[in-house]
Amino acid sequence: MPTKKATKAPAKKAASPTRTTSAKRAATEVDLPSVKEPVITEEPAAPSGRLGIRKTYKLFIGGAFPRSESGRSYVVTDASGGFLANAALASRKDVRDAVLAARAAVSKWAGATAYNRGQILYRIAEMLEGRRDQFIAEVRAAEGVPAETAAASVDAAIDRWVWYAGWTDKIAQVYGNANPVAGPFFNLSSPEPTGVVGIVAPPDSSLLGLVSVIAPAILSGNTVVVLASDKRPLPAITLTEVLATSDLPGGVVNILTGYVEETAPHLAAHMDVNAIDLTGVTDPELATNLEIAAAENLKRVIRPSATDWTADPGTDRITRLLETKTVWHPKGV
Amino acid sequence: MGRLNDMTVTATSLSEITRSDAALRTFLHGLPGVDAVGADARAAMLSTRSIKTTAKAYAIDLAIRMVDLTTLEGADTPGKVRALCAKAQRPDPTAPDCPAVAAVCVYPSMVATAAEELAGSGVHIASVATAFPSGQAPLSVKLDDTKAAVAAGADEIDMVINRGAFLSGRYMEVYDEIVAIKEACGSAHLKVILETGELGTYDNVRRASWIGMLGGGDFIKTSTGKVQPAATLPVTLIMLEAVRDMMELTGRQVGVKPAGGIRTSKDAIRYLVMVNETVGDRWLDPDWFRFGASTLLNDLLMQRSKMATGRYAGPDYVTLD
Amino acid sequence: MAFEYAPAPESRSIVDIQPAYGLFINGEFVDSVDGQSFKTINPASEEVLADIVDAGPTDVDRAVAAARHAYERVWGRMPGAQRAKYLYRIARIIAERSRELAVLESIDNGKPIRESRDVDIPLVSAHFFYYAGWADKLDHAGFGPHPKPIGVAGQVIPWNFPLLMLAWKIAPALACGNTVVLKPAETTPLTALAFAEICQQADLPPGVVNIITGAGDTGRDLVNHRDVDKVAFTGSTEVGRAIAKSVAGTDKRVTLELGGKAANIIFDDAPIDQAVEGIVNGIFFNQGHVCCAGSRLLVQESIQDEVLTSLKRRMARLRVGDPLDKNTDIGAINSAAQLARIRELSEIGSAEGADAWSPPCDLPQRGFWFAPTIFTGVSQAHRIAREEIFGPVLSILTFRTPAEAVEKANNTPYGLSAGVWTEKGSRILAIADKLRAGVVWANTFNKFDPTSPFGGYKESGYGREGGRQGLEAYLAH
Repeated sequence: MPTKKATKAPAKKAASPTRTTSAKRAATEVDLPSVKEPVITEEPAAPSGRLGIRKTYKLFIGGAFPRSESGRSYVVTDASGGFLANAALASRKDVRDAVLAARAAVSKWAGATAYNRGQILYRIAEMLEGRRDQFIAEVRAAEGVPAETAAASVDAAIDRWVWYAGWTDKIAQVYGNANPVAGPFFNLSSPEPTGVVGIVAPPDSSLLGLVSVIAPAILSGNTVVVLASDKRPLPAITLTEVLATSDLPGGVVNILTGYVEETAPHLAAHMDVNAIDLTGVTDPELATNLEIAAAENLKRVIRPSATDWTADPGTDRITRLLETKTVWHPKGV
Repeated sequence: MGRLNDMTVTATSLSEITRSDAALRTFLHGLPGVDAVGADARAAMLSTRSIKTTAKAYAIDLAIRMVDLTTLEGADTPGKVRALCAKAQRPDPTAPDCPAVAAVCVYPSMVATAAEELAGSGVHIASVATAFPSGQAPLSVKLDDTKAAVAAGADEIDMVINRGAFLSGRYMEVYDEIVAIKEACGSAHLKVILETGELGTYDNVRRASWIGMLGGGDFIKTSTGKVQPAATLPVTLIMLEAVRDMMELTGRQVGVKPAGGIRTSKDAIRYLVMVNETVGDRWLDPDWFRFGASTLLNDLLMQRSKMATGRYAGPDYVTLD
Repeated sequence: MAFEYAPAPESRSIVDIQPAYGLFINGEFVDSVDGQSFKTINPASEEVLADIVDAGPTDVDRAVAAARHAYERVWGRMPGAQRAKYLYRIARIIAERSRELAVLESIDNGKPIRESRDVDIPLVSAHFFYYAGWADKLDHAGFGPHPKPIGVAGQVIPWNFPLLMLAWKIAPALACGNTVVLKPAETTPLTALAFAEICQQADLPPGVVNIITGAGDTGRDLVNHRDVDKVAFTGSTEVGRAIAKSVAGTDKRVTLELGGKAANIIFDDAPIDQAVEGIVNGIFFNQGHVCCAGSRLLVQESIQDEVLTSLKRRMARLRVGDPLDKNTDIGAINSAAQLARIRELSEIGSAEGADAWSPPCDLPQRGFWFAPTIFTGVSQAHRIAREEIFGPVLSILTFRTPAEAVEKANNTPYGLSAGVWTEKGSRILAIADKLRAGVVWANTFNKFDPTSPFGGYKESGYGREGGRQGLEAYLAH
């Protein structure tokens, strides 16, 4: 197990025991740095002095919001080190559960008509639009960017989602075709979803990058298990709230927050995952090891890349996760 | 080969079909195929019929009269069966004009109790038999099962076909069993359960329907209710088409009973619409169409009550037996 | 009959038909400058519904000018992703107002509410939704790296599927960046006018869609207008021919979707019950007012008796009557003129020696009605086997071999669609290969989808609507 990288937060050794560790940690669990006392700075007091209700950030598995089965969480901070939340810290068992949920969802999602999937994806865009302000605030906090930058990023993410929604019923027309074989045979090549896809989300682009790896995977009927950015996971969880209110069947998208180098190896080695997208893996050695693990059941692998998320994505991320089925049939009375 | 229209309709012709395994297989495999998408579409379109007011009242009362009120549980006791029989005769204590159901349906061991309760009521006593629901027992056991039920007072027998034999292509064996059970029934009516949920294709449902009819069944029935899927509209459509064709070919009328999974009045009305538009008036009669159901009856009663009072009823206002 | 269905009327209260309508030009309803007025009626009752404008040449001019202005200034240069959003809005609003539009369509056209509710309107919404998704993906459509729109499209549509034909025309045109002037059929303007209102609700920029009502002359003025770059017409072959002649020598691009006399071929190994359903659907759906209707039944001679018996039994179940009754299968004929034509051709059929049969039907007194009818003993030489009747009338012919079936099916100047019924897969594919028809339905009939290209061979027209191929007509090349 690779050693844990230091978090962005200054690792002040606190006198009090760490509040986030579970009593039942196994010896193989990764040591966590002690957590500094949280600094409650983020809510400005309302004129009337009303105290806000803080959101709990949990995992999203099978359409529900469980805490990690390990009971652990970890501190998520903003760009200047201020406390944002204790996000759930996913374990390998959460990965296992997420893959089960994703597999269970394949048959219904892949069996839905392309039109139906397009409708659902468009509805997700409608729900994203409704939460535009909330996402701008979350992206600002997560990435430490000015409001205009965050707004541009959120708008791009919503528009990107709309773009992908329109692909569900067209990818077969662009990527499939009849083949004029030299014989009295009808021959048709059609793209089909590969199944369950594991995804390591981009570490820095907390919404636009995230959307850009999820949407192309699911539009064709794949289901996904996503490892959100370690450091910037909160927009991902708010995204799952959107997904849960958009008629998307449970299990199509599953998102785990936590330490990627702890969970990714289990996802990459899982024998019931059909493909793995390593886009968000920045450590080349980790990426190589993950690819080696993935090779055991010949997963389709998308290697890491530095991507300009604002550029036209093309269709590559869709087609890399498709299988092409070619059917022959004789023609004769 | 095997086109229905080409055949001269005589008893001899029918017996030609069942003269040998090869002849039976040729007949069954020569039946027209069923396009599954087309059959589903026809059933779905019939489900869009809007049945209101007088038509709805007629359908609800007819459906009640067609119910085979059923209990087939390991936990059945005489007490349970007595309660069921009381309900069967008088489904709605608050509405004396509510008709009685067609029959009760129980295991052979409960037939005597039912017979005692229902004596002189006009409600039939149907018993499952032949090692229901699996049918996996020697023929001798299945025959004894049947005879015991008839001796105890059952005037209708719901048997299961040998699905193992059917799916491995031993059609003659399936047929012979039906003939034997029919004989063991004596004067009791025989319903032949196809267990459509295990047959896999609509083509098989068509073939099994024909074996059931050729074997002498008075009714063909979709399911035991112990396997999912149980009755569906498309499967029942195929069976209605089979009895229609049988009538056309031989003049003999065979009944149809969908069983299992029919829970609401809306479901039941959809089936009646399908009967109406596939085979017509002659089957809109409890002698020729039944619903194998338990929870359906209460929903029919609640709908009946709503039509009479204008108010939606609730579970407190129907009896739970 | 033991089980009589009680009346199950869909309520009319959901629609709000105004006494009179203007023209929809540049984003608003305006009065006509040089047009006349005429009335649209409910063909099931002959009740007058509203006063409609029969637009004159100046009206047409104004509409085209508005479309040109919107094209140059706004729509033609708008990024595809933004055009997409407008089209998605329109698709959603149609879905939101679906019941209202379905009732309006049935009242104005005469088709059963079950069809407009379950077939027409859902396809309309889906068509806009599908093409919305192409607006920002045109570089992937296979028409070159940066395909451009053509400009202003003049579109003339028929009365048989009014709002659906509007969707087939407007959705791809707008997705590709063109602006449109559309003329609905004179007997069915109401859903097009409701669509104009939907464009307003979607905040569509003024002039992108213009709806001008009128009759033959209005259509002619539109098609011949010097500032219309692209003509799209669905209607009779006769008018299509005239249009093709009138655009000769110009730069106008044109697509035509015209008549048909489709053969529905039933082989001896067909799934018979579903085939009979397919025959009925093929010719009696929408009262037979379908260009791709299976109006010629080609049944293999060895099974003709069986098929005929089943067909008659099935036809006896057809419910002809009030289009707004949810249990109606066959509604009213769209107009007195169309009814006259159907009657005329049916009389010719009998006169030429074919045998007519209809199930007993109680036809209402007022309105335009024709009982579903089959003619047996028809041969290729009969007029009812060659001419498009566009009504619920089926001509039945026989064949002996697959080769003969293909020969008869193709022996027509038309080539829009065909049906093949057989359980044998290789036969389906071999026959489909040989049929000279733009749409082949195997073991089904009258199935439409926005992703599936539709259009004819030969005198059934040229160009395709639907699918990726449907973009081609609206892109410059």
